[in-house]
Amino acid sequence: MSDEIGAKLKDYLKSEILHDESYPMADDEPLISSGLIDSFSLVDIALFVEETFGVRIDDNELTADNFDTVAELVKHIEANQ
Amino acid sequence: MARTLPGQLFTLATGAESAREALRLIYSDRDEIVLSRKEVYLAAQRTAEQLAALGVGAGDLVIIVQQDSLLLTASFFGAALLGAIPSIMPFASEKLHPDRYRNAMSALIKLSEPAVLATDPAVEDDARAILPEEGEGIHLPQILVLTPESVLGNSDEPRLDGTFDPDVVALLQHSSGTTGLQKGVALAHRAIFEQLDQYSKSLDFTTDDVIVSWLPLYHDMGLIAGFLMPLLTGARLVLMSPFDWVRAPHMLLQAITAQGGTLTWLPNFTYNFCAQKIRDENLEGVDLSSMRAFINCSEPIYDNSHRLFAERFEPYGAGIEKLATCYAMAETVFGVTQSKIGEPARVEWLDRKALREDLQAVPVEPDYENVESAVSSGKPIGGMNVRVLDPDRNPLPERRIGEIALNCSYMLTEYHRRPDATEEAFHEGWYLTGDMGYVADGEVFVLGRKKDLIIVGGKNVYPRDIEMLVSKVDGIHPGRVVAFGAPNVGAGTEDVAVIAEIDDFDMPDEEKSLLKANVRRKVAAGSDVAVRYVELVPRGWLVKTSSGKVSRSANRLKFLDEKGL
Repeated sequence: MSDEIGAKLKDYLKSEILHDESYPMADDEPLISSGLIDSFSLVDIALFVEETFGVRIDDNELTADNFDTVAELVKHIEANQ
Repeated sequence: MARTLPGQLFTLATGAESAREALRLIYSDRDEIVLSRKEVYLAAQRTAEQLAALGVGAGDLVIIVQQDSLLLTASFFGAALLGAIPSIMPFASEKLHPDRYRNAMSALIKLSEPAVLATDPAVEDDARAILPEEGEGIHLPQILVLTPESVLGNSDEPRLDGTFDPDVVALLQHSSGTTGLQKGVALAHRAIFEQLDQYSKSLDFTTDDVIVSWLPLYHDMGLIAGFLMPLLTGARLVLMSPFDWVRAPHMLLQAITAQGGTLTWLPNFTYNFCAQKIRDENLEGVDLSSMRAFINCSEPIYDNSHRLFAERFEPYGAGIEKLATCYAMAETVFGVTQSKIGEPARVEWLDRKALREDLQAVPVEPDYENVESAVSSGKPIGGMNVRVLDPDRNPLPERRIGEIALNCSYMLTEYHRRPDATEEAFHEGWYLTGDMGYVADGEVFVLGRKKDLIIVGGKNVYPRDIEMLVSKVDGIHPGRVVAFGAPNVGAGTEDVAVIAEIDDFDMPDEEKSLLKANVRRKVAAGSDVAVRYVELVPRGWLVKTSSGKVSRSANRLKFLDEKGL
């Protein structure tokens, strides 16, 4: 996966969603299904991805099944850029 | 004749306007479903037949765990048609390990002994997982899996007329968010109709109103305002799922536009959420001018949230004069107060020091140095008496802050199978709300909770539950943890903060980060919320009470002060 996309995503998730920049986030750590990121933040993540990478995530796609980890998000972004 | 829920549904389904649209279900991923008054009734009757085949009769409890709003409607009224008692419960969300949900639900089932658990194919696994293990003295419900095909169809006529005693219990409404045993608020038919009559008057509600709602039906605001009021009065209801709405908040505004919506009820955070998270492109063609009011209810109300919303949506027809407020609770069926429709809710600017130290609401100018705003929830609705009590439960005059107590004829019958809780809730005939507030010129201002309840995005979170979870994290000492709510004006809700004392405060930063991460992971896995602030502090940081217990309120103030919140 792209290190650059992953790093940007992690920076965003840590600082804007978790509000803890020192959080040790692994690429394969479940974020949504674990409850670390709640459903109210899903729209924020979609807007960030759209603005930063130009990839639109459809409202219905935004679920734990599709985007539970940084690695999955990166894969989706790369496939759609 | 005194009304009952199913009797009223029957009257509407067999009246002159039985073909009039009653319910429109909107989905993000499939075509909408539109049902007339008669069709709503028939879906319920078909469900009633399936429930009756399982032996369900009058007075039996039917627990409903379903995702599809069509089936929720059919199950709720299907049980009601038999004189059974429906209770809609949440299903587990997307979390993989909803242990907390499972434990709370199976405890509830053990206590309440439902005859049937009605579910649908989408959440059937969730529903089955909440059944307690078989054992002596444990009564397991039968399972009914409903599908749209099994409830839809028009080749029938209404038969069950719902005639029975209006003083029996019509439904159970469960309090949200506790890990402990939930309390089921038992409401009688008579109380529900008295509330609906009084509350509709305060809204100038008519059958021409169109209610648009995304609220979950297991919550009192969703069930009463966003479901029963329109369906039992004959006004139109446009309903969408909370799971769709949270991913696409513009759905609400588009539905209002398409259907000429007039009323919607929203928790405070929604105003920020809509103002900040809807793309401009999703607002193309949106017209909110048909709306009479967006009613802010069920969370502490922030003036800032209203201003953000009005700023963004005034060009679309939703200015500040359309942002009304309401104070409501399941125990009084729903509404306690309602601000006047068509006028901006009254905002007061108060001296914060007098507020916090003297428990007095002293008005000051908005530019006063130490100021805090409070938004009025309006005046009591008809038949509702409101008092503010001091700690000895004596009534206080206007502008003095105390616990809000209520008295009305549409109070709950009891907490289901919890005589202890029912008795505790009343003092000399007055229901003790646990909410703190004051009255000024007859208007009620709600300021917060007496106990340390945190409300995050409309969900109730109990600090003790969070503290117990954090205490289980390796490296954290039980008893040296405190959790509380910190205001988040930007999001229009509260955040959860956790402070924990650690022995080895000089440990490397990396270890501290890991410890903090483990605190977050533990709370995320074991509760419904994500923690925003995790602070590790050295021994002796936490303020204790005279009896040696960690004080939530004192540590909250210390933390807010240090963070400048």
